[in-house]
Amino acid sequence: MTSTKPSLFRDRVLPVLTVIAVILVIWHVAVVYLNAPFVRDQAARAGTVVTLGEIIPQTFNQERPILPAPHQIIAELWDTTIAKPITSKRSLVYHAWVTLSATLMGFGMGTVLGILLAVGIVHNRAMDKSLMPWVIASQTIPILAIAPMIIVVLNSIGISGLLPKALISTYLSFFPIVVGMVKGLRSPDVLLLDLMHTYNASRAQTFWKLRWPAALPYLFTSLKVAIAISLVGAIVGELPTGAVAGLGARLLSGSYYGQTIQIWAALFMAAALAAVLVSIIGLAHTQVLKRMGAKP
Amino acid sequence: MNGYILAALAIWIGAWTLNEWLVRQRPASAQAKQAVGIIVPVIFGATLLAVWECLVYGFQIPPILLPAPSAIWVKLINSVPVLWADFQQTFLKSVITGYIAGCGLGFAVALLIDRSPFLQKGLLPIGNFVSALPVVGIAPIMVMWFGFDWPSKVAVVVIMTFFPMLVNTVQGLASASHMERDLMRTYAANWGQTLIKLRLPAAWPFIFNALKINSTLALIGAIVAEFFGTPIVGMGFRISTEVGRANIDMVWAEIAVAAVAGSVFYGLVALAERWVTFWHPSVRGGRA
Repeated sequence: MTSTKPSLFRDRVLPVLTVIAVILVIWHVAVVYLNAPFVRDQAARAGTVVTLGEIIPQTFNQERPILPAPHQIIAELWDTTIAKPITSKRSLVYHAWVTLSATLMGFGMGTVLGILLAVGIVHNRAMDKSLMPWVIASQTIPILAIAPMIIVVLNSIGISGLLPKALISTYLSFFPIVVGMVKGLRSPDVLLLDLMHTYNASRAQTFWKLRWPAALPYLFTSLKVAIAISLVGAIVGELPTGAVAGLGARLLSGSYYGQTIQIWAALFMAAALAAVLVSIIGLAHTQVLKRMGAKP
Repeated sequence: MNGYILAALAIWIGAWTLNEWLVRQRPASAQAKQAVGIIVPVIFGATLLAVWECLVYGFQIPPILLPAPSAIWVKLINSVPVLWADFQQTFLKSVITGYIAGCGLGFAVALLIDRSPFLQKGLLPIGNFVSALPVVGIAPIMVMWFGFDWPSKVAVVVIMTFFPMLVNTVQGLASASHMERDLMRTYAANWGQTLIKLRLPAAWPFIFNALKINSTLALIGAIVAEFFGTPIVGMGFRISTEVGRANIDMVWAEIAVAAVAGSVFYGLVALAERWVTFWHPSVRGGRA
């Protein structure tokens, strides 16, 4: 074995690109394999015989393929983001914004709720003993199962639009934050706490000067998980509203009308949104840690 | 202010005081300590139910918005056959099959790529990335590919559980230290022996972490996939149709079943974890 200097390209970029290339190859093969029966079927109905050389190009350009080819999805994405005005109901940017606003609102509320609960749990023994098991148990309930009901019930008492979806995101996102923050707020060791004690620091001072800074790395790690599942919550929250607006609505209407390309485009948009959100939190994480002097 | 609301307040304050008193006790024996650890959350849960019941009557909330726990219980008892059929369809067929297949596949692929650092470097970032994506969104596609019945839900569950398992297993397999691996090499242990005697045991905590995450993910995946089309049975189907027919108590009964099933499933995995990784610090302290 030769030990060489680690290079970003060879150790990080190249393997990922290779795997992506392999996935793309498999995808194209699958497109041909999955869509060919339809082409053969069409040809049989028309009474013609198609050769393999004729089938392959046709599988890449079907209107409602079983598996769309990547270029079709990119074309659809281009068509619905760049080529359409943002205000149009057919614009994916508009739908993404609807979902994003619910996600961010729910994420914000979930973060505040999670931090408050964690502070309470760390400072009050009764809350710790009685609340913590239920916080964990609450997550074994598939809240997404209740999502449609929350939406419909809130709608019937006149609350509709952003808030119901945001509430589902809140419910999903508060959990990782509570768990992470409780761990983080308890992470300063006994020596440091004793030091604060010898300084005669009040509970508030101990909290702001010791516990809070110590918990920040844990907070950011939790935030990354939380924002990703907030997005899932917002998307699922859009399902029962009858496919009006948002990425979830696009998925549902695509599923109703067999518009596979539309589903895939919405899926890719959601994936891109999740990636951007998580990386924004990641950037904030490194920035804050740098300012705190944790990383050179 | 009527009697019910006052009762709710009284119950809340009473239970909270009781809990405050309980956690301040210094029980002499370990059993008593354990009992307090169980009683306190139980009191809290019972309080929530009692307050819920009182508030529903106190504010006269129409049952279409929020039924009282007692009404939900009555509905639950009266519709056991329907609930059982839904449970069979969603949990026994979709969730369990998908969970086993997804976790097994993730584990197998992790073992396969274990010997190739190149593949690991390529697959791990992608696996981490996919775990963060809203994978539930593939549900409509799977329903199109595999039809309305439970195989499409299995497919959704498999895809949702695959990547957490893959990422965690690879991380776990890498967690044995160099010292220990060198020791195995001095014993002239081959890859299989090192795997079974050293690296798998070291990986168990990571693998169980994935199993726990996946136990809730699987249930969510199966139920959400049913919103995109299902035969006329299943928990997701029942929830969406009964909401439409304004039978909210039935929906809550279904939620109760899902909650119990999810908690028991999670609990079983946690028990298995204790049994397998009895040596791990977090388990030794009895705090797993």
